[in-house]
Amino acid sequence: MDSNITPLLVTALSETIRMVVVSMLAATIVGIPIGVLLVTTAKHQILECVPFNRVLASIINAVRSIPFIILMVAIIPFTRLVAGTSIGTNAAMVPLTIAAIPFIARQVETSLKEVPYGLIEAALSMGATPLQIIRRVYLPEAMPGIVAQLTTVVIALVGASAMAGTIGGGGLGDLAIRYGYQRFRPDVMIATILVLLVLVQLIQFSGNLLAKRLDKK
Amino acid sequence: MIKLSHIEKTYEGPDGPVPALKGIDLTIEKGEIYGIIGLSGAGKSTLIRCINMLERPTSGKVIVDGQDLTEMDAAQLREARKNIGMIFQHFNLLSSATVYDNVAFPLRLAKMPEDKIREKVEPLLALVSLSDKANQYPSQLSGGQKQRVGIARALASEPKVLLSDEATSALDPQTTKAILQLIRDINKKLGLTVVIITHEMQVIKDICDKVAVIENGVIVEQGPVLDVFVTPKQPITKDFISVLMSNELPVAFRDAEISQEPFEGAQLLVRLTFLGESADDPVIAGLIRKFPIEVSILYGNLDHIKDTPYGRLLIGITGQQSDIDAAMEYLRQRDLRIEFIGYAEKKYLHA
Repeated sequence: MDSNITPLLVTALSETIRMVVVSMLAATIVGIPIGVLLVTTAKHQILECVPFNRVLASIINAVRSIPFIILMVAIIPFTRLVAGTSIGTNAAMVPLTIAAIPFIARQVETSLKEVPYGLIEAALSMGATPLQIIRRVYLPEAMPGIVAQLTTVVIALVGASAMAGTIGGGGLGDLAIRYGYQRFRPDVMIATILVLLVLVQLIQFSGNLLAKRLDKK
Repeated sequence: MIKLSHIEKTYEGPDGPVPALKGIDLTIEKGEIYGIIGLSGAGKSTLIRCINMLERPTSGKVIVDGQDLTEMDAAQLREARKNIGMIFQHFNLLSSATVYDNVAFPLRLAKMPEDKIREKVEPLLALVSLSDKANQYPSQLSGGQKQRVGIARALASEPKVLLSDEATSALDPQTTKAILQLIRDINKKLGLTVVIITHEMQVIKDICDKVAVIENGVIVEQGPVLDVFVTPKQPITKDFISVLMSNELPVAFRDAEISQEPFEGAQLLVRLTFLGESADDPVIAGLIRKFPIEVSILYGNLDHIKDTPYGRLLIGITGQQSDIDAAMEYLRQRDLRIEFIGYAEKKYLHA
């Protein structure tokens, strides 16, 4: 293996990690409340508001139905507005975040729905407010599930960030395409794949560990 | 303490409205243990949820401790609910919180400072004998222990009313007895009014003062447990009681023809019910001593309804008809309930 590919890999890996971490954080901050709203505004729920629930659900479905590679190009004007540019690692974070939000919202929704309604009823019978129920019942009870689900999202983001490489986003995907494919450097290709493999394994392992530690069931 | 008037609850089903409660009137006095028994689907769970407005009745009034809950806004209702503790069939404990934190939960909702919370939670854990489990999670507890956490949690906000929604239905008989005993102790110690929903007559018999029988969204029978047990009026009530106390005849008589007139070789079958003091009365001894008749005991049991002794005896009498009539007259003068079944011949079974 050529010795000069190591710095390339390090740079690419750090770019990938930066893209994933930043967009994951941003998407989680927005996605969790949306997931909570999806559950709590449904029929017979603590913040029941069915029309709002329907609109929210359709927006989420709409965004989720757009393939990432198309979304990335389609929202370039918006990306330019937020990041000031449409190319580079920072620019890539915008579509990654946008794509991850509905993904996270749905995953959080699934986890929250697994909290037995009896627990909500018990909290209501003790005079809990809807906000208290969300903060003290729904989120802590669903936390192991949410962590496990978010692990899946992080891994999906690693994959999506590779696609972002095609619009000059940098990262491991970019490296694999530009060096491994376009410059016929199989060593770079293999090295990139290995790094991705280890990265994904590491994410899954830590996610599982954290979810298990949180789960008291 | 609790007064429900003309409670109706109708659900919107796919095939039009489904009535769950059709005009319930119920008054529960302070300090009482009131049982509501019914089959599944009778509306008993809906009814108990109306008392703390987890289900809002379609019409009618719910008055708890002098306050009309149906007139309240959300904030007032939350305040009022702190006066009404509730325990559940499936315990509904937070799996992510320790026993201590589960009991502290209602107090944290009320934003009580942590040192005050500790002062309250510790005696409650002692009351339900779980002090040594404070730092365990619900998954590490048995069903009975989980329900005791549920009880401690329900008592944390010092409610005046405790609602129990099938709280022992998921427990084995021994654990059920222990939990019922605990509820009874708390009722005595704290003067708490308790409403118990169940489908088991055993629960009613063991701890309730009064009982209401609910069927198809209507209360078909209600009154002191003793009265309902001794003189049940509705078929459904008789069904519930028959689970505990069989009215069936012993096998030897089950297929026998029962005649209202005496005939050769027949015994007169009589069922005697003793209640309270009369359970100590030596009726059978008196019967044999006073009349030249033979009395055989075919079936008997002695039990308690809450704290009142309650006995039932099925006897067969043979002898001269005039002596039998005199014996019956003697029985009628005693302080007990007599059910004249009829004359029947014992069938000998060949196995």
